[in-house]
Amino acid sequence: MFFSLEMPVADLATGPAVLCGACGLTPGVSGAIVHSTPRLLAFVFDQSSTSIFAPQGTPARSIFGLSMLVLAICSVIFLIVAGLLLFTLVRYRHRRGYTQREPAQIYGSTQIELSWTVLPILIVVVLFLATARVIFVTQTAAKPSNALDVVVIGHQFWWEYRYPKLGIVTANELHVPVSDPTQPMPTYLTMSSADTDHSFWVPRLAGKMDLIPNKVNTMWIDPEKPGLYLGQCAQYCGVQHAKMLLRVYADSPGEFSAWIKMQQQTASQTPTAAAGRAVFEANACVNCHTISGTSAHGTFGPNLSHVGSRDTIASGAVPNNAKNLRAFIDDPAHFKPGVLMPAMHLNQHDLDAVTQYLTSLH
Amino acid sequence: MATQIQVTVSPALRRDWLYHVQDWVTTVDHKKIGLMYIAYALIFLVIAGAEALLMRIQLAVPNNTFVAPQTFNRLFTMHGTTMVFFVGMPILFGFGNYLVPLMIGARDMAFPRLNAFSFWVAAFGGLLLYFSYFAGSGLYGAGTAPDVGWFAYAPLTARVFSPGHSTDYWTLSILISGIGSIGTALNIVATTLCMRCPGMKLSRMPLLVWLYLVVSGLVFVTISPLTAAQIMLLIDRYLGGHFFDTQAGGSAVLWMHFFWIFGHPEVYILVLPAFAFANEIIPVFSRKAIFGYPAMVAASVGIGFVSLSVWAHHMFTVGMGAGPNAFFTFSTMVISVPTGIKIFNWLATLWGGNIHFTTPMKFAIGFLFQFLVAGLTGIMLSVSPFDWQLGSSYFVVAHFHYVLVGAILFMIFSAFYYWYPKMTGRMLSEKLGTWHFWLFIIGFHLTFDFMHIPGILGMPRRIYTYEADRGWEIWNLIVSSGAIFQTIATLIFVYNLVASYFKGEKAGPDPWDAWTLEWSTSSPPPSYNFAIIPTVESRRPLWDRKHPEEPDAHYE
Repeated sequence: MFFSLEMPVADLATGPAVLCGACGLTPGVSGAIVHSTPRLLAFVFDQSSTSIFAPQGTPARSIFGLSMLVLAICSVIFLIVAGLLLFTLVRYRHRRGYTQREPAQIYGSTQIELSWTVLPILIVVVLFLATARVIFVTQTAAKPSNALDVVVIGHQFWWEYRYPKLGIVTANELHVPVSDPTQPMPTYLTMSSADTDHSFWVPRLAGKMDLIPNKVNTMWIDPEKPGLYLGQCAQYCGVQHAKMLLRVYADSPGEFSAWIKMQQQTASQTPTAAAGRAVFEANACVNCHTISGTSAHGTFGPNLSHVGSRDTIASGAVPNNAKNLRAFIDDPAHFKPGVLMPAMHLNQHDLDAVTQYLTSLH
Repeated sequence: MATQIQVTVSPALRRDWLYHVQDWVTTVDHKKIGLMYIAYALIFLVIAGAEALLMRIQLAVPNNTFVAPQTFNRLFTMHGTTMVFFVGMPILFGFGNYLVPLMIGARDMAFPRLNAFSFWVAAFGGLLLYFSYFAGSGLYGAGTAPDVGWFAYAPLTARVFSPGHSTDYWTLSILISGIGSIGTALNIVATTLCMRCPGMKLSRMPLLVWLYLVVSGLVFVTISPLTAAQIMLLIDRYLGGHFFDTQAGGSAVLWMHFFWIFGHPEVYILVLPAFAFANEIIPVFSRKAIFGYPAMVAASVGIGFVSLSVWAHHMFTVGMGAGPNAFFTFSTMVISVPTGIKIFNWLATLWGGNIHFTTPMKFAIGFLFQFLVAGLTGIMLSVSPFDWQLGSSYFVVAHFHYVLVGAILFMIFSAFYYWYPKMTGRMLSEKLGTWHFWLFIIGFHLTFDFMHIPGILGMPRRIYTYEADRGWEIWNLIVSSGAIFQTIATLIFVYNLVASYFKGEKAGPDPWDAWTLEWSTSSPPPSYNFAIIPTVESRRPLWDRKHPEEPDAHYE
C-alpha cells in the first residue's frame, strides 16, 4: 500500500510532502510544490478556528491525510488537462494568412480514446481503495471500554447534551476529556433530534454527522489537545440555523473530573438569589426549563441547573454575562430573531431578580 | 435553395397587437414555444439573480443586518428553486424545442398541442411559486415565500414546523411544472425517434439531439419520484399521512432518498444540454468534425445510466453506514470516466483545428476550463470522508455553482450567441458580447473560486450571517464583490439581446458556415421549417453540400 493511514501526518508542513512523494511525483517537481504550497496553505488555513485543514483529532486527521492525496491527484490532473487545453488553443488559433480552406478532418481514433478511458479507470480504482479504507476505519472503529458516552439531541436552535452514566444534563457547551494519543479516551456521541434535521460539525475534530428525528446516529471524537473547539449546525434547521453554534471543551483529566463533580451537584441555593428563584418558579419559565432542586422540570428548553458556569448563552450566540442574560430574558428575539423562547414581559424588578438568580447557578 | 412559401397577413392585422398576442398564446409552433420558454426563463433568471445579489450583500460582512433571517431563508429557497425549476429546465427545454426539429429535418415536434400545454403548465408553475409572496400565509396573513430550502428536507416541511401555505406553494408549483417537464420530454423522445428526415439514421443524428434524447429519458425516470414525493408531502400536510412526519413515526431519510433520486440526475438533466451545445459549437469554430462521435454518444448514454445510481452521495452524513457510503463513493467516482472521455474528445476536436475566437466560442472555452475544475471538485466530494467535512459547507455551494454557472450558464450564453442569428435573423453584437464575456468571467472567478475557501474553513451553507472570528470575512467580501461584475455583465447581455433585435447586423441563413440542418433554412426559419424535407447522407449534411468532392459520408 503506497498510502497508509497509520502514517504520522504530523502537520501541514510535512503532510503534503509525504503524500506527494507517496503518489509518485518526481522529486524535483514535488520538491518545488512542497516548499511553496504548505506555507501558503498554512497561512490561509491555520488562521481559522474551524479549518478542516488544521485537524486536532483522529477522524479529522485521517480525513485530512486522504484529502491531501485527493487534492494532489486532482491538481496533477488539472495541470495536465488545462495545460494541454491552453497549448491547443494557442497553437491552433486562427491566424491571419491561413490559406487552407478547412483543416484536416479527423473523426476519431480507437487507440487514443481507449487510452483516455483506461487511465481514468485506474485512477478511480486507486482513489476508491484509499477512500474505502478511511470510511471503514472511521465508521466501524471498535469502541474502547473506557470511552465516554454522550447523548446529543438537536433542538431548534440549541444543543442538548446528556451523560447517561454520569447523570448530567447540560446544554450548548460540550465538555469531553482530552484524549492522549498514547492512551486514547474517545468520546462517543449518540445523536438524534427532537424536531428538525441538524448536523454536528466541529471541523477540527471530525467530519459532520446529521441529527435526524426518529433515527439514531453515532460518531466519535478524540481531541488531542486541551482547549475549545468551535463549530456550528451544518444542516438547515429553520430560522435561526445560523446561530446554532457548537462549543466543545476538551478538558484535561483534572479539569474534566472537577467539571463532572460540579455538574452533578444540585443547583446552588444562594440565599441572596432566593427572590429570583421565586420569580422563576412562579412564571412560565418552569414549563420549558429544568433547574435541579426546584420545581422547574421543563424539557423544551436548555437545562439551566448550572447556567452560570457557561461561557455563552443562546447556543453560543453571545457571551454569558448579566447584561446579555437580562436582555435575553427580556426579549430573546433581540439576539436571535425567530428563537422559540417567547419574550417574558417581566417587570424591571423581576427581571433583575431572575438575572441575579441565573447568574448565581454555578 | 429552399422554395419559399409566402403566408400573407394583411398589413392592418400586422399592426394590431391583439393579433400578435393571440398568435403567441395559441401557437403550437415548436419555434415560438421554444422562444417563449427561453423568454420566460430569462425573466426568472433576472429575478433569481437579483435574489442572489441580495444574499451576497447580506453576507459581504459578518453580523450584517441588511435582511432579516426569515427573509434570507426565503431568498435562498426561492433562488435555488427558481434557478433549477424555472430557469434551468425551461431554458434548456426552450433550446431543445427550437433546435431538435430543425436539426433532424422535421417540420414540428411530434405532438405540437402537448408541447403548448407543457409550456403553459410549466409557466403557470413559476407564477404560482411567486404568488406565494402575496398569499403564502393564507387569507388572513401577509404573504410569505417558502423558506424550507430548495430540497425542503423533512420534517421542516411538516405543518408543525412550516405553518401557513408557503410550503404548499412550493410543493404545488414543482408538482405542476413537473407535469410540463414530462410532457416536453415525451415530445422530444417521440420527435427524435419518429420524425427524423430521410437518411438520418440514429448514428447520423447530431450529438445535440442525442443528448436531448438522453435528457428526456432521465426526465421520465426522475420527475416521477419527485412528483410522488410532493403528493406524499401534500397527503402528510392535509390528509393526516405520516410518510415524512417524524413526530408520528415517519421517516425524514425517506424524503431525502425520494428527493435525491430526482435531484442528482437533475444535475445531469441540466448539464447534458450544456454538453449538447458544446458538441455543436466547438467543432464549428475549430472547423473540424467532432472527435470520436460514437464514444461521445456512448459516454452520454453511459452518464445517463450511471447518474441514476449516485443519488445518496448527497447523504454521506445522514448515517447510512460504511457499506452504502463506500458503494455511493464508487458509483460517483465511476461517472468521472465517461465525463473525462467527453472533455478529452473536445480537446481532440480542438487539436489540429483552426480555432476562431468568436463570442460563442469564448464562452465555450470558459465552459471547458470551468467544467474541468467542477469535475475535479466533484471527485473530491465523492470521496465520502472528505464530504463529511465539505458536505453542506460553502465548498459544496462553490462546487455546484461551478457546474451550474461555470459550465451550464456559460454554455447557455454560448448557445445564445450562436443560435440568436437563426432565431431572429440578426447577429448579436460581438463588441458587447466581448464585454459580456470578460466581465462575466472576472465576476465568476472572483465569486466562485474564492467561495471554496470559507467552506474549507468551516462555513456551512444557508446561514444568514456569520461570526467575525472565524477567518471567513475577507473571503466573503471577495465573493460578494464578484457579484457586481456578474450583474453588470448580465445587464449588458440583456441589452444586447434587445438592441440587436432591432439594429443587429443581418445574419443570413448560415452566418457561422456551419454544418447541421438548421442552417440550411432561412433565419428565422419559416413556420414550416423546410419547404422540402431534406435528405441526409452523413452527420454533417451541410459539410457534404459545401464539400461535394470530399463528403463526410466517405469517412463515417
